[in-house]
Amino acid sequence: MDVLNLLTDSNFWFGVLRSTTPVLFAALASLMSSISGITNMALEGAMLFAALFAVIGSALTGNIWIGLLFAVIVSVVVTLALGFFKMRLKADEIMVAIAINLLATGGTVFILYLITGNKSTSSSLPSGVFPALNIPLIENIPFIGNVVSGHNILVYVAFLSVIVVYYLLYRTALGLRIRSIGGNEEAAESVGVSVEKTRYTALLISGILTGLSGAYLSMGYLSIFTAGMTAGRGYIALAASFVGGTNPFGTMLASGLFGLFDQLGNQLQSISNTPQEFIFMIPYLATVIMYTVFAYRRSTRQQRANKKLMKQREAEAQ
Amino acid sequence: MKQTTVEKTNVRDRIRKIEGRFEVLRTILAIAISLIIILALVFFVSDEPLNVVYNLFVGPLTSVRRFGSVIEIMIPLMFTGLAIAITFSANRFNLISESSFHFGAITAAYIGIFSPFSAPLTILLILLSSILIGGLLGYVPALLEEKFNASVLVNSLMLNYVISHFANYILNNVIRDRSSSAIQSLPLPEGVNLGELVSRTRIHWGLIIALVIVFLAYIVIDKTRWGYSLKAVGRNEKFARYAGINVGMVTILAQVVGSSIAGLGGAVEMLGIYDHYLWTSSPGYGFDGVIIAALARNKPKYIPLAAFFLAYIRAGADVMNRSTDVPAEIVSVIQAIIIVLIASQAFLSKWKQKQIIKVSQEADMKGAA
Repeated sequence: MDVLNLLTDSNFWFGVLRSTTPVLFAALASLMSSISGITNMALEGAMLFAALFAVIGSALTGNIWIGLLFAVIVSVVVTLALGFFKMRLKADEIMVAIAINLLATGGTVFILYLITGNKSTSSSLPSGVFPALNIPLIENIPFIGNVVSGHNILVYVAFLSVIVVYYLLYRTALGLRIRSIGGNEEAAESVGVSVEKTRYTALLISGILTGLSGAYLSMGYLSIFTAGMTAGRGYIALAASFVGGTNPFGTMLASGLFGLFDQLGNQLQSISNTPQEFIFMIPYLATVIMYTVFAYRRSTRQQRANKKLMKQREAEAQ
Repeated sequence: MKQTTVEKTNVRDRIRKIEGRFEVLRTILAIAISLIIILALVFFVSDEPLNVVYNLFVGPLTSVRRFGSVIEIMIPLMFTGLAIAITFSANRFNLISESSFHFGAITAAYIGIFSPFSAPLTILLILLSSILIGGLLGYVPALLEEKFNASVLVNSLMLNYVISHFANYILNNVIRDRSSSAIQSLPLPEGVNLGELVSRTRIHWGLIIALVIVFLAYIVIDKTRWGYSLKAVGRNEKFARYAGINVGMVTILAQVVGSSIAGLGGAVEMLGIYDHYLWTSSPGYGFDGVIIAALARNKPKYIPLAAFFLAYIRAGADVMNRSTDVPAEIVSVIQAIIIVLIASQAFLSKWKQKQIIKVSQEADMKGAA
């Protein structure tokens, strides 16, 4: 089997959707906060906390949905804390995010050890997995049915979130407020938008999305929590949301590209002679290249627009 | 007329002193708050809280070997702390030092194992190569930002994963000891190490190298023109540009120099502590560097003190981990609180304002009289 066969295999594309999901949730979370003017690098840490608390909540209560609630609550608290330190205590958001991520790396192991006596996995905790969903009619379509149907329910929630975030940002008054404070804080404030309140709202939504991402990792993508299981997905999501720009559908495409490369890596391990370490690099290296190309294109477009504006002004002056 | 100028500089000096004191106070208070929270946490989770507290705070002082381990842990922290301090001085969040340190260590192992030269020459070659490779790694994301406007933060975070996997490739395919069941490299040859500095401990000559580098950095940053430009860029980039400073050049150089120091740190750690290379993932010293740099306010002269503090807590946590029911990861709480409180500019800022207002009012009254 070679790469071409892989691309015509429905299992491969099924896997692409699986790999896309956690990054898509987190990239939408990053979009929500960055559009309100805060770079949310604490995604990585919030996601890791959420992944652990999903498992804990589910195991303690025997109810997976309470697990999901635990994940969302912890992630929202962490994300709002980022906002609090940024807005009230005037801290640099990157420094706060580094602190949160360091806390998550050590703190999740600390909590895991206190509960299970194990520092690496939660396999002794009886946590569940969110149910898979078969979509009627579509599941019967050859190929497409195999790719699209039968996923964990959070996979569908992730793709629906794209539409929800789009609607929220571009069709509601709240969305307009969020976009306005990201664009020009003073101007928004002068027409009566409360910057602080709006930013907390954006971060609340960001936190919910990050919580879903973490819960999916430990109760969907895998069925346990393992130490450091986010493996930089929060950072990848940050890059994906920058690539996607301000449009949630752009974010979805960028996350999908990551999912494609991630899955390519997973599958190549079994069929190629390339050393596995090089295959592990693929999603990260692909992100660097995609991100840099897009950043460059955006900046040259900006420069061209500026030049055009200058020329127009000169012409007007004459 | 002359009288008032003297008066003015007097007030300015006093305000500067207040600002200095304010930074010291903030740091001490941040540490104190983090320790109080840790105490509360220990009493909450442990069945033997007093024993835990004793081991955590007094543990490192109970034997020569344990105190030695504080100094031993301090050495790599000084390197990456300085690396991050220099990089962040230019207001660039380049986190590649994490990889530079990791890759510096594997460079040391690779050259150490395959070098045809005598031991002293090999060590020299290792130290120089690790500086070079570290610098090169720092240059990549710095250049991507300068040329293509791609955030150095995002790219350095991604590249950290790429380089960590590449280091694993070298370990597994190039320097792996196939005769051992453990994942480790071939042993370093006889004599290819930095040698013991203090007997009965693992303190090695890397301590002296680290202190020399810190001293050099202090001279360069506080006493040279380049150091002045660096600080000017960090304070206000637009102003620095108007003042004729080549901002791109200064910031890239800061990132390259920082990263090369981290690379050297990795090699020193490898040669100072280990006989075999055995990391299968990045050891996290780059992110530790952020804590050190925050504690030291990016000032080289405070780096050793900051590194000592974190090393002491880590060594204490190690003792606690082995002899009580609380795991060493509790330290991550201390670290996070310290970074966040020090980064919070509004933390205690009211106190500072009050003091400054008091001094200026006094000066006004004198002026009026």
